[in-house]
Amino acid sequence: MTSPLLLQVTHLARRSVVRTLRQPLNVVPSFLFPLILLAVNVGGLESAARIPGFPADSYLDFALAFTFMQGALFATTNAGTDLARDIQTGFLNRLALTPMRSAALLLGQLAGVVALALLQATLYLTVGLIAGVRPESGILGVFVIVFLGVLIALAFGAVGAFLALRTGSGEAIQALFPLFFVFLFLSSMNLPRNLIEIDWFRTVATVNPVSYLIEGIRSLIITGWDAQALALGFGLAAGIGALALAAAGAALRGRLARS
Amino acid sequence: MRSFASVALAVAWRGIHNAFTNPAILMPSLLFPLFFFTAFAGGLSRISDVPGFDFPAGYTAFQFVFVFLQSAAFGGIFNGFAIARDFESGFARRLLLAAPRRTGIIAGYALVALVRWAATAAVVFAVALISGMEVLGDPAELFALVLLGLLVNVAALLWASGVAMRFRTLQAGPLMQVPVFLTLFLAPVYVPLDLLDGWIHAVASVNPATFLLEAGRGLFAGEPTEVGAAFAIALGAVALLMLWALRGLRSAESAG
Amino acid sequence: MRDAHGIQAEGLAREFKGGIRAVDAIDLEVAPGEIYGFLGPNGAGKSTTVHMLTTLLPPTSGTARVAGFDVVREGAQVRAAIGAALQEAALDPLLSGREHLRLQTALHAMPKAQRRQRSETLLERVGLTEAADRKVKTYSGGMKRRLDLALALVHEPRILFLDEPTTGLDPQSRNALWSEVARLAREDGVTVFLTTQYLEEADVLADRVGIIDHGRIVAAGTPAALKAEIGRPSVEAIPADPADLAAVARTLLRFGAPVPGSPKGASVRLDGGEEALADVVRAFDAEGLHLQHLQLHAPTLDDVFLAKTGRSLEGAGDELDAGPEPEPAPATA
Repeated sequence: MTSPLLLQVTHLARRSVVRTLRQPLNVVPSFLFPLILLAVNVGGLESAARIPGFPADSYLDFALAFTFMQGALFATTNAGTDLARDIQTGFLNRLALTPMRSAALLLGQLAGVVALALLQATLYLTVGLIAGVRPESGILGVFVIVFLGVLIALAFGAVGAFLALRTGSGEAIQALFPLFFVFLFLSSMNLPRNLIEIDWFRTVATVNPVSYLIEGIRSLIITGWDAQALALGFGLAAGIGALALAAAGAALRGRLARS
Repeated sequence: MRSFASVALAVAWRGIHNAFTNPAILMPSLLFPLFFFTAFAGGLSRISDVPGFDFPAGYTAFQFVFVFLQSAAFGGIFNGFAIARDFESGFARRLLLAAPRRTGIIAGYALVALVRWAATAAVVFAVALISGMEVLGDPAELFALVLLGLLVNVAALLWASGVAMRFRTLQAGPLMQVPVFLTLFLAPVYVPLDLLDGWIHAVASVNPATFLLEAGRGLFAGEPTEVGAAFAIALGAVALLMLWALRGLRSAESAG
Repeated sequence: MRDAHGIQAEGLAREFKGGIRAVDAIDLEVAPGEIYGFLGPNGAGKSTTVHMLTTLLPPTSGTARVAGFDVVREGAQVRAAIGAALQEAALDPLLSGREHLRLQTALHAMPKAQRRQRSETLLERVGLTEAADRKVKTYSGGMKRRLDLALALVHEPRILFLDEPTTGLDPQSRNALWSEVARLAREDGVTVFLTTQYLEEADVLADRVGIIDHGRIVAAGTPAALKAEIGRPSVEAIPADPADLAAVARTLLRFGAPVPGSPKGASVRLDGGEEALADVVRAFDAEGLHLQHLQLHAPTLDDVFLAKTGRSLEGAGDELDAGPEPEPAPATA
């Protein structure tokens, strides 16, 4: 008796979405915190737009992209802690005793991440537009921003899933949160790379994939259609996602260890 | 008085011992301020090119003072987490049962916060010096800055302990952290007050943390400003929050 | 030959890192429709055995067939034939009872029309219809266990594994679960493999019992037969005056070897059986000892465990690592 993969994915996806939205204490901070930080950073760094060579007229235009990265970070920890909870409560064993296929569990799990990311992206963009942001890439660019934002969240969600399956512990995921935060800060989050004065910091930001993810979204807002930035942004998001999914799949097979 | 001191020292010994023998406890409180210092001073150093930025000691020193006071505040908060954890595990009940003077327990936790912050501040200061930071304040001015940091540390600890004793669960962590985070970041973090515009300038102008920051930066640059107001605010906060913490202790006692 | 409702294991073993043999080459056989009680202290190897038989953990050596299928080579067929309620209730606290059943029926590819019907039937059977739309985190321990059982029965399995199903439950919830398990076996012909550390549970429910200790089966048979092996009853005497305890103990020792009992009294296993009781009473009279309490105890499964291992089952798990048997990790994790 084997369920078709699509049916399994649908039901596990529904569970993942319902479960995500039923945790307001996890969901609300993932909406509010990036916006609060955006307000604080924009307020505090508005004068940075006066630095010679700054690529935008307003710091808000420059900084909005970062909210998507923060949202992705929350996606990592939420996806990770949800899956870790399934392992710790034994719910994963329950699923393992059904005809469920491993791929269905992963894809279903990530459906919750996609749902949350869509809502986040819509909120961040709406706030940005109300505050006066006008993406240079126009209306089509707005959709591409949402798409890239969701793709980034999906990639990071897959990383969270991999960590959960590897460690089996929600506490471990929470403990890794600061490490991800460091990755975010050591990037072109606050200033463009060419305006970072300190050599080692600029080097780190240049090799940090997060810089290119942010710059991909940012280019759609402040530049228009920058093929290189978009190629790097999409390419890295897809690459990280694919790697993380493969690793998560292997970790899931190891954890299930079913015959 | 003797029993107050003995309770305080006993609680302090435990907290300090646990912190310095468990890297998992100590490292985050050391690494986070270092990280913020690196990210802000390193990543944003070009801010010194903004017309109107004229802090005499340079941007690294400008950010150091913020990180110095921020680490003091968050050092107090992290110790509040430890108090909440003690309540969750039941260990706090053991302390309440055993201690003849229970106010000594709060004093003990405050001592832990101070010692841990002293270690953190020393490390951050050393790293900042190695990175070439200029220190323009004289010893008396630097001492005043350290005092200011101590008061901020104690005030934050009293706030967090009041929350911890009322809720007695780690789930109250965000309630401890978020008000302090907002207070700190709605102040002149990246640029001086006169370079802020709009709503953030209005908020920062009335934010008590702004007085602490500006005074701290002035002391570090050898140009003290608003020092009296800063100390008045810090001492006032400690007094008010001590009441808050003591009421929290009563709440914990009556919960059993 | 495929036995569609039975369980057979031969030389089944599981070794963990560091050479720990949690299950040490056990043989067991469960007949179709039987309730088999797998009894042992904490850390004895009960859960590890269940995980192997339910294909969640591959054996290190030996073989096992469940519902006629090999647990290693025919895992999918085994899983289709069994239901399991494992040591943790394994529920999602954010879903309601009904949502759990909807998910479980869907994962077993039940046709849509049948899913709702089956869910409602099971909810009613375990007494959770009223609470069905509440989130599981609001359920009591007993309610969670009942939902756990319902989920295990969704696809009408031929064999049901229950791993310490009543641990932590109040007496009322425990009795309710026992009734349902007995009904499943009696009326639906389901074979039940039940692990427990409670003597009473094995005594009341099980048709046959296997007793496991340190990964090995030390005794197997019907409860009555196992107890009959011990044969003799024990007698417990509590003196009216606590100062007479030593004298009471000395008197009793003339009639058999000492066994554990109440700290206020003395207990021995009667060499002469029940018939010796009269002699015991006469002996106390002759010594002028007054008793507050004198009771004859028939042999229990604990006596069986004591006879086989030299330790009492109740409290035997305390000498091992504290807490329940550790969740066996998959080999490659």
